[in-house]
Amino acid sequence: MGELLKVEGLHVEVGEKEVLSGVNLEIGWGEVHALFGPNGSGKTTLICAIFGFEGYRITQGRVLFQGEDITHLTPYEKARRGLGLSFQRPPVIRGLKLKQLAEICAKQDGKLIEEYAKRLNLTEHLERELNVGFSGGEMKRAELFLLLLQDPLMVFLDEPESGVDLENIALVGQAINRLLGRKVEPESERPIKELLRERRKSALIITHTGHILDYVEADQGHVLLGGKIVCRGNPREILHTIKEYGYEECYRCFRR
Amino acid sequence: MSEIDLSQFLERTDLSKDLRDLSKEEKEALLRAGIEPEGKGRSGSFFMCDHKVSECSVKQEGLEVLPIQVALERYGLEDYLWRALDPERDLFTKRAEEHLEGGYFIRAFSGAKVLFPLQACLYISVDRLAQDIHNIIIAEEGAELHVITGCTTSPHVRSGLHVGVSEFYVKKGAKLIFTMVHNWPEEMVVRPRTAVIVEEGGVYISNYICLLPAKDIQAYPTAYLRGPGAIATFQSVLLARKGSLMDLGSRAVLEAPDTRAEIISRSVSTGGTIIARGHLVGKAPRVKGHLECRGLLLSSEGVIHAVPELEARAEEVEMSHEAAVGKIAREELEYLMARGLTQEEATSLIVKGFLSMDIGGLPEALKYELDAIIAQTKDAL
Repeated sequence: MGELLKVEGLHVEVGEKEVLSGVNLEIGWGEVHALFGPNGSGKTTLICAIFGFEGYRITQGRVLFQGEDITHLTPYEKARRGLGLSFQRPPVIRGLKLKQLAEICAKQDGKLIEEYAKRLNLTEHLERELNVGFSGGEMKRAELFLLLLQDPLMVFLDEPESGVDLENIALVGQAINRLLGRKVEPESERPIKELLRERRKSALIITHTGHILDYVEADQGHVLLGGKIVCRGNPREILHTIKEYGYEECYRCFRR
Repeated sequence: MSEIDLSQFLERTDLSKDLRDLSKEEKEALLRAGIEPEGKGRSGSFFMCDHKVSECSVKQEGLEVLPIQVALERYGLEDYLWRALDPERDLFTKRAEEHLEGGYFIRAFSGAKVLFPLQACLYISVDRLAQDIHNIIIAEEGAELHVITGCTTSPHVRSGLHVGVSEFYVKKGAKLIFTMVHNWPEEMVVRPRTAVIVEEGGVYISNYICLLPAKDIQAYPTAYLRGPGAIATFQSVLLARKGSLMDLGSRAVLEAPDTRAEIISRSVSTGGTIIARGHLVGKAPRVKGHLECRGLLLSSEGVIHAVPELEARAEEVEMSHEAAVGKIAREELEYLMARGLTQEEATSLIVKGFLSMDIGGLPEALKYELDAIIAQTKDAL
């Protein structure tokens, strides 16, 4: 099917410092990729640069989405083309109710809002101001809730499980699978097998602990180290190695 | 404060209109100031155009509305006229004493619970006119009422002077909600002078909304909490456009034990200057007060200067403040843009959220007006 997202030789500066030094990444239609890397390796920077946020200066390279060069589009234009993001630390916006933003994301589809809010245990939060007094887990669930309504083609999930308690992590996993079309309801006339085969939504998941991979099947893993992707492979194997030997092993392996 | 040349204003006019003579355009201006021209959903109406009172009616028992001159003749008002404010305070209170041209006297009798708001409109229909007003509201023991005051002008009026002295008395166990909307033309000079005395267990709630500011407006309404357990809340929503100077604050003097006060203001500047003041004075034991000043600067030409003051003069006084002034946070904008909103949409959503306060009993027309004005702020970016 070809790739949905292609990052070519991306160099990104934050302030005066180069954080990414030639990142290459290809994500195909319907694929889920996991991105690993120690703190400060530039995982969040990669997402922020792909989205075109201020302060993340792309000095070289480009980002292609469905074959189109979107490197210098605004975040809004990228969202309209089908990119979606679950923020690691979403901001608090006073006076803006979760429901108001949900209505904008859902383009007023009230039925979906109620349904997804219920699934994510957020019904009570709809009338609350966005992220005001939300716990870490509530923020993450609200992020996925909004993404579900937004229904993007390609999602970036920046540590979707951080701050989420064990009770809710399965819920978060389910929401991600639903978002990616990997969990479907048997209510349709067509067999589930067929529906699943059609899934074309892709994801890049940043995960520190890897817990989320117990619920969401990743197809490929990448390790970001020193501003470059230094390793690609089976995400479970990569995770296992990191857990067992730490990122030291990645450095050792890369230097070799 | 800039010097105001008072000689530029007209002291007299014969052109004043009645409420029913207003054009469609003028009636819309009233709606935008929270005034319902037909009096629908109101317990009573007072309408003063320029220097003339043309409407003064009540629909509910236990409520009295009179032009201030009539009330003076009838009741003398020795206990209320210039009892909360001193006419010698400044040039403007002095003017109001010398030139009394009208104003309302509103009283809710003891125990009366007035369901619907009472509306009072102070309207200017003649350009360059000076209007000097004296208002008195009395909520007798246990009474409850909501007064909406809308101050505005005919659409063709460009300049003028509005001086409004207001003295409010909230007696034991009474509750007064006072919502004031100011919609002014660009060359207007406005000097409200307000003092409120709240007795034991009384509650005073002030909502002040000024989204169409004058050239120069200065006010510092003060509530004196005289009886134990009295409560005062001030909420203000201010928007300053280019060329306007708003020096506005709220003050609560907590004179009796166990009184409480809260002052909240939200200021947005699209190019004008806002000085957002707040002052809590704790003079008795076990009083509590909180002051919150937030400002959002949408143009680098604008200025927002928050001046929160706390003054403790007794033991066991608990007072705090938070003030935050700045531009729209880039991360909030980007967050919303990543959700598919344009920069303009994201900005107006943030501004709208910023200005939204839970103001009970705000008339519908006002809410629409608030939205419309916020939508316009996009143009100022």
